[in-house]
Amino acid sequence: MIAYTLKRLATGIVSLFVLATVTFFLVRLIPGSPFQNGGVSTQVVEAVEEEYGLKEPLLDQYLTYMGNLVQGDLGVSYQEPDTTVAEIIGRTWPVTASLGLVALLASVFLGTGLGILKAVSKKKAVREGIAAGGMLLAGIPNFAAAILLLLVFSVKLRWFPSAGLLTPAHYVLPMISLMIYPMAVISRLTGNTLASEMGKQYVLFARAKGLGKGRILFTHALKNAWIPVLNYVGPVSAFLLTGSFVVESIFTIPGLGREFVSSITNRDYTLILGLTVFMGTVVILVNLVTDLVCTWMDPRMRRAYSGK
Amino acid sequence: MNVQKDVARLVRGNRQALAGCVILGVWILLAILVPLFWPWSYSEQNAGIQNQAISLTHLFGTDKFGRDIFARVWYGAGISLLIGIASALVNGCVGVLYGASAGYAGKYVDMVMMRIADIISSIPSMLYVILITLAAGAGAGSMILGLCVAGWIDMARIVRGEIQRLKETDFAAAARMEGIPRIRILLRHLLPNAAGLILVNLIFLIPQAIFTEAFLSFLGVGLEPPAASLGTIIQEARSQMLVYPNQMVCPLVVLCVMLLALNAVGTAIEGQLRRGKNE
Repeated sequence: MIAYTLKRLATGIVSLFVLATVTFFLVRLIPGSPFQNGGVSTQVVEAVEEEYGLKEPLLDQYLTYMGNLVQGDLGVSYQEPDTTVAEIIGRTWPVTASLGLVALLASVFLGTGLGILKAVSKKKAVREGIAAGGMLLAGIPNFAAAILLLLVFSVKLRWFPSAGLLTPAHYVLPMISLMIYPMAVISRLTGNTLASEMGKQYVLFARAKGLGKGRILFTHALKNAWIPVLNYVGPVSAFLLTGSFVVESIFTIPGLGREFVSSITNRDYTLILGLTVFMGTVVILVNLVTDLVCTWMDPRMRRAYSGK
Repeated sequence: MNVQKDVARLVRGNRQALAGCVILGVWILLAILVPLFWPWSYSEQNAGIQNQAISLTHLFGTDKFGRDIFARVWYGAGISLLIGIASALVNGCVGVLYGASAGYAGKYVDMVMMRIADIISSIPSMLYVILITLAAGAGAGSMILGLCVAGWIDMARIVRGEIQRLKETDFAAAARMEGIPRIRILLRHLLPNAAGLILVNLIFLIPQAIFTEAFLSFLGVGLEPPAASLGTIIQEARSQMLVYPNQMVCPLVVLCVMLLALNAVGTAIEGQLRRGKNE
C-alpha cells in the first residue's frame, strides 16, 4: 500500500513536470509577440522583450522559469505588469472553485440518486425515462446549455440574474449548465454498477438472511457501486475546469476560466503559462487524491497492492 | 465473426439504434446536399438582407452580413462532421495499435507504455488542444492535431484490457502452439474479437471530437473565416444573441441533434454488446 502510494505520487510529480515543460514550449511556439499591439514600433517591442528576458536562448528561459516555478513564483502578467500571476489566481480561483464545488456536489448527489432510482425502480417507465433523459442530457454541450438557460430563464422569464456571482440565485444557471453532463454520466455509472451488484451472490445471501431492501441497498450494494463514481471525480474536475471557460464568459463571472480566455486573446504568455500549469496541477492533484482514496477504501484493491 | 452482419442485425432489432441511424442519415444527407443545391451561398455577403427573421426563403433567417444561415449551418455541419470523423479515425487507429501492442507485449513494455498514457491523460486535454491550435495557427489541420494528442488514450486502455483478456483464451494458446507468428495472432486472431468494442468506442470518439471542436471555435480559437463550423457560427451569433436568438439557436439545435444521434447509436450498440456478453 505504501509502495503504491509512493508510486502514484511519483507519477503525479512526473505529470506535473511534463505539464510545465510542454506548456512552456507550446506557449513559446505561439506566433506573434505579446507586446505587438497597435502602433507600437519594432524598437519598443524589442526593448520590452529584452527587459522580460524573451531574447535569451530558449533553454535559459526554460531553466529560469522552472527554477521560479519550483519556488512557487509564476511571474508577472505582461498585460498588467503590476500584478503577478499568483495574485490573479488568488483573485479568480475562489470564484471558480466555489462554483465548481457546488456543481460537483450537485452532480454527484443528483447523479447517484437518479442512478439508484433507475436500478431499484420496479416501473419500466421510470427506468427507461432516466436512461433516455441521461442520454439526452449527456448530448448537450455545456456552452449550448449555458446559452439556452441564459436566453430562457434570465432574458425571457427573468427568473435568475444573468451576470456575476454575488447571491445564491446567481449560482443556479451556471451550476446547472456545468453539472448536466457529469450528472448524466454519474447516473448511468451508478445505475449500471448497482444493477450488476444487485445480481451478485452476496446480495442474494443478504436477502436470504432476511435483511431489508433499504439496508441491502445502502450498506451493501452501494458501498461497491460508489467506487466507480469516486473514480470519476477526477475526470469531472477536469471537465468542470474547462467548462468554466465558456460558462464564465457566457454568464460574465470574474473567475479563472474567463481570465484564461482573455489571456489567450491578449497573448499574455506568462498568464497563459501560469494558468495552464495551475489548472493542470489542480486536476492532477484531484486525480491523485481520488485514486488514493479509492484504493484505500476498497479492501480488494488494498490487498492487491499490499501483495497479501 | 462478421461484424457488419452483427451491426446490421442489431440495428434492425433495436428501436433506439434505428432512430439514431435514421436521424444521422438525414443529417449527413442535409450536410452534403444543402451546400450543393441550396440557392443561397454560405459565404456570400448581401447587405440587402441583413438579420432577417425565419421565413420560407431563409429557413433559419440571415446573419448580420446578410448570409443565409440555413446554408451556413449545413456547410458548417459538414466541416464539423469531417473534423470529427478524421480525428476519430486517427485517434482510433493510434489507440488500437498502442493498446494492442501494450496488452500483447505485457510486462515492462506494457507498464512503461501505460504509465506514459497515464501521464498524458492526467493533464486536461482541452488545455493542450487550445495551446496547439494557438501555436500551429487556426485551421482544421491544427484542430485535428490537437484533438489527437490525448484523444486516443481511452481507446488504448480499453483495447489493452481486451487484448490481455483474449491473450489468455484457449484459441490464442492453440494459435501460439501452432507456431503462428505473434504479430499474426494479434492482428488476425485477437483484434477481430475486439472489433465490437472498438467500433463502439470509435462511434463515441466522433461526438467527443465534434464537441471539442465546437467548444474551441466558441472560445474563438477554432477555424478562421471564411471557413465555418457549427462552433464558429454559434460564436459569430453571440454578439447579438439577445436581439436575434434564432441565429444562435438554429446551429445549436443542429449540433445537439447530431451529438444525440451519435450517442444514441453508440449506447444502443454498447448495451447490445454487454447483453451479448452476459448471455
